[in-house]
Amino acid sequence: MASNGQIRLFVSEGNPQCLKVLAALEETGVQCGVQCVNHEERVVPFLSRPALPALLLPSGLHIFSSNAICQYLFEVKGQESNQLCNQWLEWEATELQPALLQALHMAVVQGKSSDVFNILQASLNYLDQGLSKQSLPYLTGEAISVADVVLSAALYPFLSDSSLALGEYKSLKAWFDHVAARHSFQSAAQKVLQGKGLQGMKSYMQRQPLPQSSVCRDSQPTNNGTPAECDEGERMVSEEEMEAAALTWCKGLNSSPLVKERQHPILPQEDKKNILVTSALPYVNNVPHLGNIIGCVLSADVFSRYGRLRGWNLLYVCGTDEYGTATENKAREEGLTPQQICDKYHAVHASIYKWFQIDFDFFGRTTTEKQTEIAQDIFWRLNKHGFLVEDTVEQLRCESCQRFLADRFVEGICPFCNYAEARGDQCDKCGRLINAVELREPQCKVCRQTPNIRSSKHLFLDLPKLETQLEQWLDKSTSTGDWTANAKQITRSWLRDGLKPRCITRDLHWGTPVPHPDFKEKVFYVWFDAPIGYLSITANYTDQWQKWWKNPHQVELYNFMAKDNVPFHSVVFPCSLLGAQDNYTLVNHLVATEYLNYEDTKFSKSRGVGVFGDMAKDTGIPSDVWRFYLLYVRPEGQDSAFSWADMALKNNSELLNNLGNFINRAGMFVTRFFEGCVPAMELLQEDKKLLAMVSWELQQYIQLMDKVRIRDGLKHILNISRHGNQYIQVNEPWKKIKGGETDRQRAGTVTGVSVNIACLLSVMLSPYMPTVSQTIRDQLNAPQSCISTMFQGTGTFVCSLSAGHRIGTVSPLFQKLEVDQIEALKKRFGGQQPEDEPPKKKVLSNLCVCVCARWCCCVK
Amino acid sequence: MALRELSSLEKYLELKKPNKYSTQGDKKVPVLQSNNGAPQVGLVTIACYLVKEAKRSELLGNSAESRAVVQQWLEYRVTRLNGCAKDDVKTILKELNLYLQDITYLAGKQFTLADILMYYGIHPLIVDLTVLEKEQHVNVTRWFDHIQHYPGIRRHLPPVAVLRNRIYTSGH
Repeated sequence: MASNGQIRLFVSEGNPQCLKVLAALEETGVQCGVQCVNHEERVVPFLSRPALPALLLPSGLHIFSSNAICQYLFEVKGQESNQLCNQWLEWEATELQPALLQALHMAVVQGKSSDVFNILQASLNYLDQGLSKQSLPYLTGEAISVADVVLSAALYPFLSDSSLALGEYKSLKAWFDHVAARHSFQSAAQKVLQGKGLQGMKSYMQRQPLPQSSVCRDSQPTNNGTPAECDEGERMVSEEEMEAAALTWCKGLNSSPLVKERQHPILPQEDKKNILVTSALPYVNNVPHLGNIIGCVLSADVFSRYGRLRGWNLLYVCGTDEYGTATENKAREEGLTPQQICDKYHAVHASIYKWFQIDFDFFGRTTTEKQTEIAQDIFWRLNKHGFLVEDTVEQLRCESCQRFLADRFVEGICPFCNYAEARGDQCDKCGRLINAVELREPQCKVCRQTPNIRSSKHLFLDLPKLETQLEQWLDKSTSTGDWTANAKQITRSWLRDGLKPRCITRDLHWGTPVPHPDFKEKVFYVWFDAPIGYLSITANYTDQWQKWWKNPHQVELYNFMAKDNVPFHSVVFPCSLLGAQDNYTLVNHLVATEYLNYEDTKFSKSRGVGVFGDMAKDTGIPSDVWRFYLLYVRPEGQDSAFSWADMALKNNSELLNNLGNFINRAGMFVTRFFEGCVPAMELLQEDKKLLAMVSWELQQYIQLMDKVRIRDGLKHILNISRHGNQYIQVNEPWKKIKGGETDRQRAGTVTGVSVNIACLLSVMLSPYMPTVSQTIRDQLNAPQSCISTMFQGTGTFVCSLSAGHRIGTVSPLFQKLEVDQIEALKKRFGGQQPEDEPPKKKVLSNLCVCVCARWCCCVK
Repeated sequence: MALRELSSLEKYLELKKPNKYSTQGDKKVPVLQSNNGAPQVGLVTIACYLVKEAKRSELLGNSAESRAVVQQWLEYRVTRLNGCAKDDVKTILKELNLYLQDITYLAGKQFTLADILMYYGIHPLIVDLTVLEKEQHVNVTRWFDHIQHYPGIRRHLPPVAVLRNRIYTSGH
């Protein structure tokens, strides 16, 4: 996507590797756009861990090695690195870096600066010897080279700190002082360390995996995909952090501003952060499965709930996508009209989402007058600006039914394997894709007559003509917004393959009519029509819908979907809107999940495998627990799987034994030992340390949630209750309450701090488990203002239940899931197909296997 | 191990006289004592030196961009693959698999020294993979198979059987 020949450099603050490249950039003066991003930003799509700095070359390739970036910059400037240079760079990467990382970890994270010299000694020795052997000012000669820049930048954090005595390394000291005094170094160091020296790298270092040579086992959170199991080990908490946390704690609750009650219609406001959230429109003719729910509506719901609590002015819309072949088919199957089918299944969808507590501001549908109005308007605008072209398509037509047959309305003999019941788009036996006109002995599925091949005129959206405009917009949107890595990657591969004109009309009845007189009797193809549903659904919510959809300067748009829907939201639909030239709001943040599998196989309605939305409530497991588990295994960054055994395990170990246990104990101590009133708290150092740890987790949570890393956010909630349990376990308030005055006071402090952490947990849980969250606050009788207070800024952990506050009645929050209960459920949803099912029916129900795959099929 | 790699590389480059190597330190970093001047230290450094001696500098990339890419993967080879822990193996295979999904060689369309050294370095990992794991990392396996059949590369290493699957286009 870096098409315009520009080089782009991505750096992050406090990252020591970035010092090298920024110094090299200053030194060489190469023209290059520099962008500062978050440490966690995954700029290089193929690497498992975020790697910064990274250089995006005009060809689209990424360079993620800081040394290679420096070499490149020097070479562009005309200084190719020589053999000796290469040797120093290799030494830097293989010998010096591991030692430096370990030393930084010691000094910055663990606060043991005294060990630094021992770790670095061998490397410093080697470098000093290398320098003193040759009496040259620089490593490779009379002039500064890439090796000097890389090595001195690598050492800069330590050597510029006077505490490390370089007395005996005379050559090293002279060389370093000489290089580091250069303007390029001063400027780069200021950018990266912000004048804070080693401490400037703290937040970066805390996110790095432990260096290999240190004692802890490697805890890199890469492959198992579940958040809470990978603890980051003991994080060191500094004195300042403890004092800061204690200070914040004392501030208490805000008197204002409360999160206001929502007032419909919600419209963008001048001085607010205006967020528009959409979730991919579920296709009406089927019941959504758990994968559909987590991929779209539930993820968008958690983010919307979070955003509202953050005080953003947010609108969340969704609805059922109702037009198209599959609906016509289903109608025929059930002996109803398409409209009746849509009414029936729209209600089914709405009730499922209601049970899952999906808090839409509006849940609409696409078969409305507004849809026709807006789709036709966009169509005429595209037509007016010359983005529509005509072409002829060969299609099968059934004369007895008087209509053209969509691929799925034809059956015949497979031209490849001779299977007799091949469908018009694909053969069920050999799996090959088929062009309907290639079928031998084709039959109309409805009347069994033989259709004829007829050519039919269609309209195409001229994507190649819009490509440049699209790329310019994409460049901006993907670099400033939070696009998931898969979304960027899929989009890039579509552009790389080049865009082709796409047909936007179909010979069907059930659809938005094409208004053009030459194309009467035709309707819009779903991929063109369905995303316009976002606009029309908003228009059915408020007649001021244009304030959301034609207002890119005030509105930020988030699209949630599973990854198969990405191209329609990143390429095709934006092209429709760009071509229409009416100042439309285009997507800023495209959030796509990977796939959720069912017990290591796929969800399949036709095989009866998996849990579908309407069945979840029949399991007797509460909606909040379903939400928790689905979000816990949210396919964020990689595919994941739903498993009954794992669900039971996570319910019992995380919800019951960790989170629920902590909150319940904290509340019970207040009730039993202090007559239901929060006791007075005298904070000791140990308590302040806990406050600091909890505050840190809260801040991580806020950072991640702002970036829509929903699964990762959950991990930090569970970390807090783990800290809390440990705190109670160590301090044993149930014993101390029976002791002397000091002991009893201690029991009071520990109980008071714990119950306040429980209150914080209820706030953080709110987007994930709304019912449980409210139950906790009811039990604690917590003031509603605690939510807005704790969610403000970067996260503020205050004492919201002060001494003397009376709590309500405390009771357990979660129930254990027993093994036999889970086994029974597993059997029930396992996918044994009834033996006597007639094969005919199977093929029919195959037509609607997967809701989210639909837009996909339409383009193939 | 590094020394056998270097001697295989020499043969591939058709260098007439084999060089004498020694090693230094616990990690057995290779050292080349040349006649003229200072010793060359490090696998990448020596390999680049050999390539230049053989006047095959196109193997280091033929533009500033591709030279940077080649250097980056050479560095990846010696920092990530050398002495990697068991836990890292999965990560490395996953990263390479993703990276190689739409290119032929590490530097794109052009065969370079990065492919040679990465092949030598990853060979012990690939040997240990089960059939299923090879299928999971189909891009790495494809690239690996291609390099091991590249004329003159395999040398000291046993060939690894790579299962060939018919790949269907996945239509919903």
